[in-house]
Amino acid sequence: MRDKFTIKDLHFWYGEKEALKGISLAMKEKEVTALIGPSGCGKTTFLRCLNRMHDLYPGNRYEGEILLDGKNLLEKGLDLIKLRSRVGMVFQKPTPFPMSMYDNIAFGLKLMGVKSKSEITGRVEKALKDSALWDEIKDRLHEPALSLSGGQQQRLCIARAVAVEPDVILMDEPCSALDPVATAKIEDLMTDLKQNYTVVIVTHNMQQAARVSQYTGFFMLGEVIEFDTTEKIFTAPSNKLTEDYITGRFG
Amino acid sequence: MTREAYHKALRDLEGELQQMAMMVGAAVRESMEALKSRDLETSKRIVHNDIQVNRKRFEIEERCVRIIATQQPMAVDLRILAAIINIITDLERIGDHAEGTAKISLAIGDAPLVKPLVDLPKMAEKAVSMLERCMKAFLDRDIETARKICNEDDEVDAYYDEIYKDLVLLMIENPKLIKDATYLIWTAHNIERVADRVTNIAERVVYMVTGKMEEMNVSKY
Repeated sequence: MRDKFTIKDLHFWYGEKEALKGISLAMKEKEVTALIGPSGCGKTTFLRCLNRMHDLYPGNRYEGEILLDGKNLLEKGLDLIKLRSRVGMVFQKPTPFPMSMYDNIAFGLKLMGVKSKSEITGRVEKALKDSALWDEIKDRLHEPALSLSGGQQQRLCIARAVAVEPDVILMDEPCSALDPVATAKIEDLMTDLKQNYTVVIVTHNMQQAARVSQYTGFFMLGEVIEFDTTEKIFTAPSNKLTEDYITGRFG
Repeated sequence: MTREAYHKALRDLEGELQQMAMMVGAAVRESMEALKSRDLETSKRIVHNDIQVNRKRFEIEERCVRIIATQQPMAVDLRILAAIINIITDLERIGDHAEGTAKISLAIGDAPLVKPLVDLPKMAEKAVSMLERCMKAFLDRDIETARKICNEDDEVDAYYDEIYKDLVLLMIENPKLIKDATYLIWTAHNIERVADRVTNIAERVVYMVTGKMEEMNVSKY
């Protein structure tokens, strides 16, 4: 698989505070990459760099390169709306809009300028099927999204991200608010999603990282301590810090 | 997030493993001494005590499974547990080999040995010494010693060749001794297998430390 993202010496500042201190790594296309590390290590900050989410708040600053298919995302004048439709995001807590399930998914499509009702309906159905939610809600698509369970809401958010046909889906602790059954469904879904998308997930659950990802990066104090195949990281990591963290000897 | 209770449980488990290794090491040594000195009472005790070795093996295995189920060990911890689960199988079989030697002693019964035992006790001592140093290498995470021990298996194999040759010659000279001489060949085979098992344990020590599985010395038997 070729590299989807290539990150070169990425630094990031929240105002004066340097949160990322020279990250360099490459993430493979159509694979799941997990980012782990103690709270405050920079993994979510890093994830949010990948679709320039930080630009929504003033005073933040990037340095270095984030290459998506070879194109630097930190170049001036980049169309951020377009970027975020290519690099979708799913958050820790499900964030359905206060509208029907159908409209939640159609929203992004309409924003992108899709006008044909039949096309929208077709893409809503495909997104829901891709997100393993279709069978559960197909008979009540026009009911409020907030009537769904937490796990279903999260899959609806994934469907919403998938509907605009992104290249990459970023997930920031997508299961931390979910019960084990809903978590298992999302984890299965990640394995399905990687057939078509590159997935990057931040998780505090190391077993989850081990189960769903093919590559894992261990972050600490704004640096990447180790980046390798998930199998290597969880059976025989090269770095003592990684080993101490994943075996619970510090953190 | 430091997991004190979990890591104490792992350390305790390593202690149990060392204890099991001491039990089977002592059984190999004593079974050979009992054979040599025709001490049938000790041979009987060794046969009887093997049940305790088997019990210990299940106890350790259950504790490993419990830790895996409740603590989801990873990296070096996972390798320690995988190594222990394998090692207890080898230790249990070493216990069986000691029991085998004790049973042979009982089968020989009151009959005199076909020849005084010289090389067999040396061979047994060599195998037990390999076991003891291998278990220390486990504790010390010492892969260099573990690798050296694997090479020592050739010395045990050489003892076996010598003992086998002597006993076959004895049988050719005096076919009446075939039965009792065969018993001693079986004993030598038991000890040869003990050393092979130690080689397996040494491989597990290397795996535990490096994460790499490698076959380090293939026995000629």
